[in-house]
Amino acid sequence: MSITYLEAIREAQALALRSNPAVFLYGQDIADFGGAFKATKNLAAEFPGRVKDAPISEDAMLGVAIGAAIEGMRPIVEIQFADFSSLAFNQIVNQAATHFWRTNVPCPITVRLPSGGTAGSGPFHSQSMEAIYAHYPGLIVLTPATVGDAYSMLLDSIDLDDPVIFCEHKLLYYHLKEPALPDPKNCLPVGKARITRSGKHATIVTYSAMLHESLSAADELLKDGYEIEIVDLRSIKPIDTDTILGSVARTGRLLCVGEAFPWGGVTAEVVARVAAEGFHLLDAPPQRLNAKDTPIPYHPNLWAAHRPTARAIAEVLRGMLRF
Amino acid sequence: MSEPTITTPQLEIARATATEQSLKDLFIDGYRWMLLARTLEDKIASLYHAGKIVGGVYLGRGQEAFSTALGMSLQHGRDIFAPLIRDQSGRLAFGEPLLDATRTYLGSVRGPMRGRDGNIHRGRPAEGIPAMISHLGAMISVVTGMLLGRRFRGIEGQVGAATIGDGGTSTGAFHEGMNTAAIEKLPLVIAAANNQYAYSTPNTSQFACADLADRAIGYGVEPHRVDGVDLYECLRVFSLAVERAREGHGPQLVVGKLLRLSGHGEHDDGSYVSKNLKDSLLGRDCIEVAQQRMINEEWATAVDLKAWEEEAREKVREAVSCAQQEPKPDPFSERWVNLASAWLIEGSSSHA
Repeated sequence: MSITYLEAIREAQALALRSNPAVFLYGQDIADFGGAFKATKNLAAEFPGRVKDAPISEDAMLGVAIGAAIEGMRPIVEIQFADFSSLAFNQIVNQAATHFWRTNVPCPITVRLPSGGTAGSGPFHSQSMEAIYAHYPGLIVLTPATVGDAYSMLLDSIDLDDPVIFCEHKLLYYHLKEPALPDPKNCLPVGKARITRSGKHATIVTYSAMLHESLSAADELLKDGYEIEIVDLRSIKPIDTDTILGSVARTGRLLCVGEAFPWGGVTAEVVARVAAEGFHLLDAPPQRLNAKDTPIPYHPNLWAAHRPTARAIAEVLRGMLRF
Repeated sequence: MSEPTITTPQLEIARATATEQSLKDLFIDGYRWMLLARTLEDKIASLYHAGKIVGGVYLGRGQEAFSTALGMSLQHGRDIFAPLIRDQSGRLAFGEPLLDATRTYLGSVRGPMRGRDGNIHRGRPAEGIPAMISHLGAMISVVTGMLLGRRFRGIEGQVGAATIGDGGTSTGAFHEGMNTAAIEKLPLVIAAANNQYAYSTPNTSQFACADLADRAIGYGVEPHRVDGVDLYECLRVFSLAVERAREGHGPQLVVGKLLRLSGHGEHDDGSYVSKNLKDSLLGRDCIEVAQQRMINEEWATAVDLKAWEEEAREKVREAVSCAQQEPKPDPFSERWVNLASAWLIEGSSSHA
């Protein structure tokens, strides 16, 4: 038996619905249809009235979730594609994110954002929004890269009293599999990064689908005798600076890889922190690799060159290792 | 377009049994809330012009009858009232303490916002008063969600109200919120004060329909129209709308026609407001209209009016003086914690 990343997300929601009467799901096409990606398949039948279809009104969907959360509910909102969360931006960053600070009343909502590129999806069904939300105080931003993390971190999100932006990568939905779901009690807590692979010549700090491209790149470099350490951030905000610095202290080299657009963002934040707090640990200039600074292209040929791939990551690593 | 005729047996009974005495008491209560709000806001304006209040000051002058009637039609401790910037009187009538206003304007740490937010952005969400954000229309779906949350928890028969202005009805959030509430058939009352100007923009540049209440029909929402200057009419229409919502008839849109009798904020002299409008029936001062009615009906004497004015001044004096003597926020003792999960704040001792 094996379970996919998408099934882990569905199982986490099922467990939350089963164990907490305050949990409900709200999103477009998520009830009887089971969601555009089937992340809520069969849940409407199992939990009548608690898996609700929403009109195509992202702003109101978030407003409704915020209001329900103020009243003690634990809503999970599915935005059909992360890209459409731009339509809910105001409620997320101005209402949800400021609520606890302003009023002392928590706003425990979970916003699921099916994120990232897949072949042929084009400019409006491919975006990675994590850096935009991480910019705002009052939000927690999570980016699981494994089946186990998708499961345990979604459960963590629902338990947290703060608004959580849960960036789940669409490319991992179907093909990423693990033999079984972990026991959430044995999982890393929110805010902790994981050293996915130990090494000594360079550190890659990455997250979400780029973890898997980075692992392939590390395999490639191993053929040349280089051992690359890989840090999976898991949580963008809060970010685990200590684990990053610890890894750079061991390797002396940093490459940060993200799928989002290059200007600002998570990779810039990581490089800035390492430069400011760990400059003395570096044997080479810290590097970052992101998607290109254009909208995300439709055609697979262009898309494959737009996002960082294992090959591109390996190339940057080789350049850094020449120092 | 005319609204459907709405009759409810309960309301007819209520009307039939309402004595002249109870109507009079209701009206006088309403007038005194209006007066208290006006007195407070006059004082707030003076403090602002004297440099004692930092940030914006937005007044409800001219909208007290409309706002008060909504606040009085709701039950504090049971219903939800989401005010916007011109609802000082509705806040008081609903049950927000007078001190919340003076403490927030004057930046006392003992106010509900503790200096973290100011002026009309105050609220007590756990007590049914959400704290507005500045983005118009955004509170409608929040109140909708609060009502949905209560429905999930098995609580029925409680009403939520959100206020908006003519300008706010042009936002996507207004449309999305009203549509969503209608789909869920939630007991939401939207009170739209058409005060003729959104900041400086007149109705003619804001919408093209004949009457904002006409919009309700398209959403499957029941419309109500009211002379927003007349407290008596406002009380009648809001009690009807709230009752309709409470009885399960879904969202209600109440549009009041009136005129803003001040600038957009105290920084604005409102010189763009047309003289014709000021001289029209819309330009009447709702406080004076209410006074006239009480005198005509012999509900109050000139002596009563004077006594109530003095009483309002005294309450305002006390609330201002109390807030002025209280400590201001201290950046060194402020914890700067923006998460309920404090252990997740970067740099906190428990966060590795």
